[in-house]
Amino acid sequence: MTTVDGRHELDREAERLAYKPPEIRHDKQGDLDSEERINKAMYNFVKNFNTQTASYLDGCLHCGMCADACHFHVRTDDPRYTPIWKIELFKRTYKRQVGPFAFFYRLLGLKRHVTIKDLEEWQHLLYDSCTVCGRCSLVCPMGIDIAGLVSMARHGMFKAGLVPHELHETAKRAAETGSPLGITPEKFEERVEWMADEHEVDIPLNVEQADVLAVMSSIEIQKYPESIAATAKILNAAGESWTFRTDGFEATNFGMLSGNPEWQKEASMKLINTAIKIGAKTLVLPECGHAYMAMRWMGANMYGKPLPFKVLHISEYLADALNTGKIKVGKVDKSVAYHDPCQVSRRGGATQAARDVLKHLGVDHREMKNGGDYNWCCGGGGGVITIKRADKLRHRVFKLKMDQVEETEADELLSSCANCRQSFDDSQEHFSWDYKMGSLMEMVAENLEEGTA
Amino acid sequence: MDLLEFARGPALQVAAYILVGGTLWRLIGIILLKEKPDFSEPRKSGGLPAALKVIWTRAFTADPFKKATLYPKMMAYVMHIGLFAVIFLFTPHIVFFEGWTGFDWPGLPNNVIYLLGVATVVSGIALLVRRLTSPVLKLISNFDDYFSWFVTMLPLVTGLLIPVRALFRYEDLLAIHILSVCLLLVWLPFGKLGHTFLVFITRGTTGMVFERRGAKT
Repeated sequence: MTTVDGRHELDREAERLAYKPPEIRHDKQGDLDSEERINKAMYNFVKNFNTQTASYLDGCLHCGMCADACHFHVRTDDPRYTPIWKIELFKRTYKRQVGPFAFFYRLLGLKRHVTIKDLEEWQHLLYDSCTVCGRCSLVCPMGIDIAGLVSMARHGMFKAGLVPHELHETAKRAAETGSPLGITPEKFEERVEWMADEHEVDIPLNVEQADVLAVMSSIEIQKYPESIAATAKILNAAGESWTFRTDGFEATNFGMLSGNPEWQKEASMKLINTAIKIGAKTLVLPECGHAYMAMRWMGANMYGKPLPFKVLHISEYLADALNTGKIKVGKVDKSVAYHDPCQVSRRGGATQAARDVLKHLGVDHREMKNGGDYNWCCGGGGGVITIKRADKLRHRVFKLKMDQVEETEADELLSSCANCRQSFDDSQEHFSWDYKMGSLMEMVAENLEEGTA
Repeated sequence: MDLLEFARGPALQVAAYILVGGTLWRLIGIILLKEKPDFSEPRKSGGLPAALKVIWTRAFTADPFKKATLYPKMMAYVMHIGLFAVIFLFTPHIVFFEGWTGFDWPGLPNNVIYLLGVATVVSGIALLVRRLTSPVLKLISNFDDYFSWFVTMLPLVTGLLIPVRALFRYEDLLAIHILSVCLLLVWLPFGKLGHTFLVFITRGTTGMVFERRGAKT
């Protein structure tokens, strides 16, 4: 005698005995009622609309070409993953409530109201299946930046309390403790001391005045602490007056990824205030893609005026230090494939920096097909790596990366983003894949020429 | 007043007013939205040159996407080039525009225009077939997509029928053709056909933002 599993319904329509697949989990935060959630989602989406974003929503031709640029669609053929469809609800509300012809749309009932069920369904489309990589923005014949619209839609989803739990909790922890992984200033200090001992390198911490403020991402501090030592070796070799600070060390910005502008601002201001306090002329961001977007291109707007210091991604710093002879590296006799982090290269404009560094390293750099600005995302950006329920889809999408990397037949695979690295490591384990992602910065640190280190 | 006089006179005039009024309303509604300044340190100068650059360059597909988008892109080129030629380079149309503006310009031979007209209709049908069969397009398409297709095709088809004259009088065919143009003009500012003018804003603003970052446009 067996007991029927009552957790899932039997699928009576199926040709063979089958259980109906469990529904996708829809997460909710807070206790707002449905109507309030809808209103908050829509209000916070349109709140910061400007000419550009309004023209984007008005200008879509429904040509569907963005689907061909999206890794989630390309790997699944699921039309719901068409990038512009991910903001369909918001497009509809814009036309019905805000657009120039909103009156007619409402009068004639041309756009139906968005329901809470719709929004719940879209949680999967806006978070689990979009890494905000912006590849779709490059194919759009109207030049619509769809990734930018997804970020705005996330603002609405956050305020409506409709964020996947894991991402929400990570962002909340970052807001509460200053680090998405709960790394306290004391823990950071411990890690710095450990790395200083382990690698016999001076790591200045909490220096009161310095020209360069270096910061880290929690992923590096926790998973790839060698990055701390590598950063120190490089900045020491360059002869910089520099420091890490326990009052401003976290570069990641989960407020931005989850869609909460207030948390985003708090995280950015912490670094900005620390840099100003120590009189830094340059803020060097670590190997982290979204940290670059948050500070390099959005930091000043959080501050409300131009930043009184330069902001550089570590790959930009390295390129500059090598180009000007501040540091020198020995030649590395290897072939290398380089994975461009979307927010640094495609959306950040620093694509050339890593290539300059690779040139100085003398490696045989094998550009991937569809690499550089058109690179396929690792699949874990935009907070997707934190969302457990999205793992299966993320792994499926990762196949594109595996093919892209394997085609180069390079000895080593490098990137300059700890989030990409984490995403690669996770998938590498899942698929028992041969390639292990390495760090561009660490390769530089390991090959600093005698006398400079 | 017969049908042709009505079409040429009040109908066309009202349609033109709606076209201009609707376009201005839509543009003003978008342009008047508040702009926030961007305080980030630019990597490159953006501004108008960046806008003009992307307005031009985005007409072409980047290499990595060429294969996947070949069919709709080719059809869209035929349709846009065809529409331009048929509207602005057909001698009777030039005569009509001269009456309104006082300017004239050389046209293409009528036979060439007929051929282009047919090619434009064929490309339109090809795009409609894609819209009706592709799972992506079936999902994202709405009334606007189909109606805009219809009002764009109608003047082309009625225009191509004028020289046939098998079933109708020339005057009636011409009147129907002009009325179909009126329908197009009236709908243009309101639906997706607004991309005729919106394209300059979407591509232009994207160009300014991303060129300023030194990022790929």
